[in-house]
Amino acid sequence: MSYLEYNVKRVPTGLSKVLFLNWPLLVLVTAAAGIGFLMLYSVAGGSMTPWVEPQLKRFGLGLVLMIGVAMVPIWFWRNMSALAYAVSVLLLIFVEFFGATGMGAQRWIDLGFMRLQPSELTKITVVMLLAAYYDWLDIRKVSRPLWVLIPVVLILLPTYLVLTQPDLGTAILLVAGGAFVMFIAGVHWLYFAAVLAAGGGMITAVFWSRGTDWQLLKDYQYRRIDTFLNPETDPLGAGYHITQSKIALGSGGWAGRGFMQGTQSRLNFLPEKHTDFIFTTLAEEFGFVGGISLLVIYGLIILFCIASAVNNQNRFGAILTLGIAATFFLFFAVNMSMVMGLAPVVGVPLPLVSYGGSAMLVLMVAFGLTQSAHIHRPRNRT
Amino acid sequence: MKRTPKDTAESARIVSRRGLILGAGMAGFGAILAARMRYMQVEQADQFRLLADENRINIRLIAPSRGVIFDRRGTILADNEQNYRVVLVKEDAGDVDEVLARLQRIIHLPEEDLERARAEIDRRSPFVPVTIADRLTYEAFAKVAVNAPALPGVSPEVGQSRIYPMDQDFAHIVGYVGPVSDYDLTEGYLAEDEDPLLQIPKFQVGKTGVEAKLEHDLRGQAGTRRIEVNAQGRVMRELGRIDGKPGGDVQLTIDGALQNYTQVRLEDESASAVVMDVQTGDILALGSAPSFDPNKFVRGISVADYSALLNNDHRPLANKSVQGTYPPGSTFKMITALAALEAGVLDPGESIYCGGFKQLGDRRFHCWRSWGHGKLTLTGALEQSCDVFFYEIAERVGIENISDMARRLGLGTRHELPLSAVASGLAPTKAWKIENRGADWLIGDTLNAGIGQGFVLASPLQLALMTARIASGKAVEPRLIGSLDPAEDRPEIPPLDVDPRHLALVRDGMSQVVNAQTGTARASRVVIDEMRMAGKTGTSQVRNITAAERAAGVTSNEDLPWNRRDHALFVSYAPIAAPRFACAVVVEHGGGGSAVAAPIARDIILQALYQGTPPLDAYPTSQHGTIRSRQEKLILRDPSTFSDGRNRA
Repeated sequence: MSYLEYNVKRVPTGLSKVLFLNWPLLVLVTAAAGIGFLMLYSVAGGSMTPWVEPQLKRFGLGLVLMIGVAMVPIWFWRNMSALAYAVSVLLLIFVEFFGATGMGAQRWIDLGFMRLQPSELTKITVVMLLAAYYDWLDIRKVSRPLWVLIPVVLILLPTYLVLTQPDLGTAILLVAGGAFVMFIAGVHWLYFAAVLAAGGGMITAVFWSRGTDWQLLKDYQYRRIDTFLNPETDPLGAGYHITQSKIALGSGGWAGRGFMQGTQSRLNFLPEKHTDFIFTTLAEEFGFVGGISLLVIYGLIILFCIASAVNNQNRFGAILTLGIAATFFLFFAVNMSMVMGLAPVVGVPLPLVSYGGSAMLVLMVAFGLTQSAHIHRPRNRT
Repeated sequence: MKRTPKDTAESARIVSRRGLILGAGMAGFGAILAARMRYMQVEQADQFRLLADENRINIRLIAPSRGVIFDRRGTILADNEQNYRVVLVKEDAGDVDEVLARLQRIIHLPEEDLERARAEIDRRSPFVPVTIADRLTYEAFAKVAVNAPALPGVSPEVGQSRIYPMDQDFAHIVGYVGPVSDYDLTEGYLAEDEDPLLQIPKFQVGKTGVEAKLEHDLRGQAGTRRIEVNAQGRVMRELGRIDGKPGGDVQLTIDGALQNYTQVRLEDESASAVVMDVQTGDILALGSAPSFDPNKFVRGISVADYSALLNNDHRPLANKSVQGTYPPGSTFKMITALAALEAGVLDPGESIYCGGFKQLGDRRFHCWRSWGHGKLTLTGALEQSCDVFFYEIAERVGIENISDMARRLGLGTRHELPLSAVASGLAPTKAWKIENRGADWLIGDTLNAGIGQGFVLASPLQLALMTARIASGKAVEPRLIGSLDPAEDRPEIPPLDVDPRHLALVRDGMSQVVNAQTGTARASRVVIDEMRMAGKTGTSQVRNITAAERAAGVTSNEDLPWNRRDHALFVSYAPIAAPRFACAVVVEHGGGGSAVAAPIARDIILQALYQGTPPLDAYPTSQHGTIRSRQEKLILRDPSTFSDGRNRA
């Protein structure tokens, strides 16, 4: 559907667009970021430095970007999708050769005021490109094998680049996020079932072959998988972080130990307490009540995205909104599973809360896109 | 591409449906997360809280201060002194070498100590305090404190360590402490001890003497300090403290001044002396010479000093007064006499002829006076220490009666005192010889035992106890520990199970030994009537005199190597009229009891009677010159320097 088909008169124009912003979404995003500021203040031992101040600035910048993006008509962004994807993939290739490696494995380009991680960028550009692809594609061809193969290639290209960094967390998010978009666009469910079955079969084969003549992996590779899946077998090495994280989380109890009273984070037992493991500090200091509150905020953000998408007749806007919601969900679901010991530690930040510029800005832009889709959705004549 | 309205509607329907399915899936997963959170934070919260506390809370022990040991007057014998030391925290010091060099300029430190400290600094975490120097003088300590601004990371600290102010006078009695060793904990006397204090590295425990035997009373109970540490082990703050109980103080019956005199009087001899209150059994002095400085052991004795102590043939480390056992020689004759009197085989007035030897089969048992003593009564025999008299009555009464009397007077049994290696001595019986020597008891063995030779063995403590029992007629027990509070009810001491008339007869003999014209110890008499002393000399052989040697003339002690000479013994009590103190002196390889041991015993017992240096008038006029010069020669501790513990606490 091209922009000529929109009932332009019914779409708000100019500054009046501000009135049509998805205000609840904006409030919820700010609330989540607010919890982040609070926790960053706490883990710094009650100080605005070194984390709260930069994070506040980035959030401010993010807010400006978000509203800026929201003001621009959604069809512009649709036309930009391919370019955005191309740029992000080129940047990934660029950092492969010229990027700096910080703590962990993610590679970044120093822009002076912040470090840009192209891998964060791809999480959104892949979703954008796929949404544009399915907007362009005849809906009757969506489930045809060739037309299914193209998005798969589009997903796997940046995934491969990210994996070589190596950044397993982002790779998982890219594949799962892309798969969600394909699912939303209406690709036949049998494809998903087949992939899941094949994956499950392969994993089963790998494990069944262990110790037999036709063992598929080397022994040390199995051992590595063991520690990855069950780090608690190595409590002072790989398991130290997850053990301490679980202790912090569990010891929070119902109402928590009080703001800035968490012994696990204050006494440095917690690893990466300002980035990937920030949720444990929240859970330790504000307990079950605090943890659930954040989960509810996240749930509401997704609910408002779904509600906006369901009411959006524009295919690009709807798919994009749902894709961003799904990616957002993947962020916190993987992060929380990880710190609660439900999933291996793969290095995914808690969205809007963890300290980190790229993730924050990319997420704010993504919410700007959903806002744009929301503002510029077609309205029915009544 | 252009899309029909129908397509648009169809697309929107698919997207909405898939979006809602996805939303339901996400909600499902969100529920799983919430449930997991609830499980961990509500159901398992207590368990995780415990783990978090285990993470952060360390319990450190606070060592209690060790009990103080006093003498009977309250003089401190073992005390805890401030130990001034200097510690360094690496992370605060910055340039460790520079700081140590500056410290070296302020107080001199041995290079080996610095090397050891550097090695430890490298090994430990940067925030752990490492001891650089220990046992500093207060001056050095103050210098470090004043220069603290120039010494980053260095801090002066005060701890506690054991000190023995009477150093070598009480080395054998009080003993000393040292760091608890693996041996102590596995095989030593602390093997059954579960006290967590023993796990503290270098915790000081008693190693010998009273310090070891009364370890449990002296140690006290550990306090605890709960501290919060961070992940790196750094102490963040103290959460709470439970004070321990300081160790109990111990008071000895020893008189510090008399003990000092005893040690000094024994000089360089390999000797021991025991002074006992004959009425109560309180041990007033327990000397053993030569001695050593126990403070050296506490500070860590050098290898050279230690091997010098070990290789000394006078055995300074042994507490001879209770560990050493000797043939009592003639000091045993009172026992033989009492055994014979009690058995009725010797009439109190009976005379026995001494011709210089007693013939037993083809063997001759010689008297020390080869030409004999003629006819002697018991008191005369004691006075002149005639051997033949006692061969005769020993043969009459038999070894079983003699050993029984010896045990009644405290020999051959182990007295429970809190001292290291208390010996039981030996009062032999026929059964003992068959069991231990695999041979039958011979009459000759009885004759030898009758004059305290052969198998009989006694420690100086036992000889003093024997004398105390004879002097008082009471079955006193030796006593080293206990409250000296006069208000305390002491149990009535039962009378000795020996006829008092027989005891009086033996006491008469002992009086004559010292005071009669022909007494063997006449030279050591006391001439002030109310302080007169009774006693008995003893000279015990440590070698056999062959018939050939006896024929050629017995080699005199001066011509023998030191370790082949006779032991000199003397037991005594005073005053005769109302006995108060018993004293036993044994000088190893000293020669004759009358010449060597008796003068020492007299000096010590007079010191006890006068509670200080006795007047010259107590000694016979002819001896005043030698006594005065000896009194001037001996360097005693000034009692005013004794640290009085009664004003403390």
